[in-house]
Amino acid sequence: MYAQMVDTGVKRVQGLDEMSAEERAFQERIDAGIKIEAKDWMPEGYRRTLIRQISQHAHSEIVGQLPEGNWVTRAPSLKRKAILLAKIQDEAGHGLYLYSAAETLGVTRDQVYADLLSGKVKYSSIFNYPTTNWADIGTVGWLVDGAAIMNQIPLCRCSYGPYSRAMVRVCKEESFHQRQGYDLVMTMARGTPEQKQMAQDALNRWWWPALMMFGPPDSDSVHSAQSMQWKIKILSNDELRQKFVDQTVPQAEYLGLTVPDPELKWNEDTGHYDFGEIDWEEFRQVVAGNGPCNRDRLRTRVKAWDDGAWFRDALLAHAEKKSERQVAAAKAA
Amino acid sequence: MKEWPLWEVFIRSQHGLAHKHVGSLHAPDAEMAINNARDVYTRRNEGLSIWVVPASEVSASSPADKEALFEPANNKIYRHPTFFPVPEEVKHM
Ligand SMILES: [Fe+2]
Ligand SMILES: [Fe+2]
Ligand SMILES: [Fe+2]
Repeated sequence: MYAQMVDTGVKRVQGLDEMSAEERAFQERIDAGIKIEAKDWMPEGYRRTLIRQISQHAHSEIVGQLPEGNWVTRAPSLKRKAILLAKIQDEAGHGLYLYSAAETLGVTRDQVYADLLSGKVKYSSIFNYPTTNWADIGTVGWLVDGAAIMNQIPLCRCSYGPYSRAMVRVCKEESFHQRQGYDLVMTMARGTPEQKQMAQDALNRWWWPALMMFGPPDSDSVHSAQSMQWKIKILSNDELRQKFVDQTVPQAEYLGLTVPDPELKWNEDTGHYDFGEIDWEEFRQVVAGNGPCNRDRLRTRVKAWDDGAWFRDALLAHAEKKSERQVAAAKAA
Repeated sequence: MKEWPLWEVFIRSQHGLAHKHVGSLHAPDAEMAINNARDVYTRRNEGLSIWVVPASEVSASSPADKEALFEPANNKIYRHPTFFPVPEEVKHM
């Protein structure tokens, strides 16, 4: 998802009887649905895994601004431009809420951000694909934010208080993102044949990468089992992916667009859509840094950070100067 | 390089309501913290007023003291009006 393949550092999930008294009390609290707060005792593994997961999620929000930012100056109308700007601004806010949640776990924002810039910590694979036509902007809102919502709604119930509260705030804003995207694609699908073709082209390119957002099947992954025991992951990758397909296919049909999967068909028995095999080699390549835009994305973030250094320093120097003056004035008085 | 300090943000959402903690952010000083809080936390008319407090100035009770602090209230259920039965016939009390 926005945080894909989060390592929990465990080899095996422990049962209650194998835990120390502290760990057992902690697990029982989670099982009872009581939120863990920043100052509560927590196992080191829980803390470290959450830092990884929340910071990956935050980085995804920040890097996720780049593919959309590509179209701000080229939006076809002032209305679409204003909507796109508002959406991108929301994503910056989502990043900030999440960095704040990570900071409650004893790291600073600059520390976790440095791990993004050095390439040590990843962001979602989806943001390594280019937005090559205007319909991509609608398709990203519809599919990518749609997939994000699928993942983020259950996380509103996760065990860590600051993370769950950040998710509640994020989810409130996400539905605007998905709807403006669908509205844009609908406008193009009902436009000229060329516009409809652009919408189809965008769906063709984004469909499979959107399905990869949920990560590889994890039903027998120890990390997934541990994260579920800790209630920082609520549904498995495949469950979320299936929900997404079931929800999205009728939306595509409504637009008269074709989902680019010849094996896609409704299964009367299961009550779900069956769909074709995902190209996991492509996913591995993108995660390993070899997607179409990985280098460009990271280069852009590093440049923004470096170019902003003088500004961050200047504001701090200005704040210090002002407070020194206040102290001096107070002494003189 | 020095990091910008962390601020806790409180928003009053409506006249007559208390300021409520909504989250935190980084800013070099209080004035910038208010500006940033406006952008981060009030993009959809969520607020009428903003307070920012340096996070380092917040003192918090310790989770370990939870019992000592809050248990005494638990066994004083007579502090709640529902402790006292009101006869059916006596409505609106
Ligand atoms: Fe977001
Ligand atoms: Fe997003
Ligand atoms: Fe979004």
